[in-house]
Parts: sequence; C-alpha cells; structure tokens
Amino acid sequence: MARKKRKAPQVNSSSSADIAFMLLIFFLITTSMDTDRGLARRLPPPVPKEQKDQDVDIKKRNLLIVLINSNNQILCGDQYVDIKQLKDLVKEFVQNPYNDEHKPEKVEEDIPFFGKQMITKNHIISLMNDRGTDYQAYIDVQNELAKAYNELRNEVSKEKFGKVFETLTEEQQDAVLKIYPQKISEAEPKNYGGKK
Amino acid sequence: MGKFSSAGGREMPELNTASLPDLVFAFLFFIMMVTSMREVTLKVMFKAPQATELQKLEKKSLVTFIYIGKPTQELRAKLGSETRIQLNDQFAETSEIQDYIAQEKSSMKEEDAPFMTVSIKADKETKMGVITDVKQALREAYALKINYSAGLKVD
Repeated sequence: MARKKRKAPQVNSSSSADIAFMLLIFFLITTSMDTDRGLARRLPPPVPKEQKDQDVDIKKRNLLIVLINSNNQILCGDQYVDIKQLKDLVKEFVQNPYNDEHKPEKVEEDIPFFGKQMITKNHIISLMNDRGTDYQAYIDVQNELAKAYNELRNEVSKEKFGKVFETLTEEQQDAVLKIYPQKISEAEPKNYGGKK
Repeated sequence: MGKFSSAGGREMPELNTASLPDLVFAFLFFIMMVTSMREVTLKVMFKAPQATELQKLEKKSLVTFIYIGKPTQELRAKLGSETRIQLNDQFAETSEIQDYIAQEKSSMKEEDAPFMTVSIKADKETKMGVITDVKQALREAYALKINYSAGLKVD
C-alpha cells in the first residue's frame, strides 16, 4: 500500500443555510401561530330523563334575569339596557353595596385570609336567549358578565393583597373566588320573538 | 488624521458563516414546537366573535373543536348557504355530536377524559338556535367544559 491516502474533498456547506431558511419559511407559512383564546364556561350536567321538572325555589331578590331577544336587545331585570350599562348593573347586583332589599341577601361566611365576610352567596344570574339571537350578541353579554366578575375580584384582591387577581397565589385566588363566585345559569332556550 | 486612514489596505476579515445553518435550524425547531399544525381542512367559513375577557386554551391535546358556520364558497353550490356544523373533516348534524364526543373521549387517556374541553368555533353571525342545540348535545354527552372561541376586541 504505497498509495498515499487521498483526502476526501470537503463538502461545500455554504448552501445549507439557504436550505434551512427555505424549510423555516415553509413551516412559517403552513403552521398557524394563533393561540386559541375564548370564554371558558361550564355547562350544567344533563337533566335525567325520568326526573320531572322540579322548580328550585329561589328568592326573587336573588335572581337577576338577563334576556336577549332575537333583535339582540337586552332586558336586564325588567328594563331595557344598553350593552354598556350591563356590566355596572351586574356588578351592583352581585355586590349589593347598600344592602338593598331588592338585591341578593347576604350570608355570613368564614373565608381564609378574610375572616368573616358578608357575601351574596345565593345570587344567580339567569341568562336567557332566543333562538334567533346573534352569536356575537350572546358573546357580548357573556363577556360583560365575565368582566363584571373580573372587576369585582380585582377590586377585592387589590384591597386585601395589593395585587390584581391573576397574580395572587392559588389559595388567595380561591378565597377571592369564594367571595365572588360566578353564578350564571343558562335556561333552556325558548322560541319567542317569532323572527327566524 | 493620517493615523486612521487605511491606505495600507488591511482587509476586513470575512465573517464566519459556518454556524449560520445551526442558528436557523435552532429557530426552525423552536417554531415547530410552538405552532400546531391544523389537521382538519375547514369546510365552513367563520369569523370569530370578539370579546375582551379571554382565557387561553390550555393543553391542546385535550381540546376538541366544533366548527359552526356557512359552507365555503366552493361548497356553496352543492350545499347551499345554510349554517352547518363541522366535526373533524365532514359536515354533521347535531345528533352526531354525541357519538363524536364519545369517540374523542375514548381516544384519550382515561385520566385525561374528565378534563376534555370542547372549543366551539362559531361564526359571529350564527343564530343562537344552532349553538343551543350543540350545547344541549354536549350536555347530553357529558362534555361540560366548553370554550367559546373568540378574538380579542380592539377598540
């Protein structure tokens, strides 16, 4: 073997950057970067078929009825309201700051971090909509309700812990959630209003 | 200022680009990790409604999607412009939702099944009647965690 070992010529790698770039651009185009966001809700469990409709007794003062008709108009309590007014009405209803007789009753409850608190534990917001309501109108109302709760929670968090709700620890968040539990009930749909 | 003039002709050293492909590849892998390929081809058109109080959808593997909207332009000649529901790759009726959810549930790990979330991606002009039917079907199927998909509202 007198032959000299020949060196293999080096592969020219200057184009591999271009190839990688092309791959990168391909992936950028085909993938969707959009993070899915939305309003999270929990549905009530199904009513057993054999069970008769039983009326749960709710005191009238604990109930706030929000109704959206097929023309996307909102009825809150017993008055027509604009979407912008809804949040404040809901906040006032949930909070009941002046112990109004027509607003939800307050129950004393022992809550960690806060001690004894008077909370409107039994309030219920009943959301009803027509079959002809637009989805956007429905989402708007859901959004306003969520906003009302979020603002109330933020207020109490700031007052107690000096921070917004989202930055609290889990136990603190639980305590705040106990003060303002989200109670939205969605009634079975009805078909009034006529317009399809 | 003769001191700085480069009449002497010292050459600028060439930039070493040997590590450039590695950099690009690292970036490529990052993109591949964070993005999710859409597995279904959309047969309905939808424009998500807008809201401000949004929560992020977590754990993509536990999420099932239901699309509600009008058929796309190409399919409109065949199917008309009535609002339709799309599950996976085909159009479906509300009665099929229950089976679909059961099927999705069984394909999940057993311990994950209770945390299944259904994301409703509906067009903002959909009538609530359709959505309500879907919601009732989901209730029957015990898929109680739902998420109304929405975009961020910009004022």
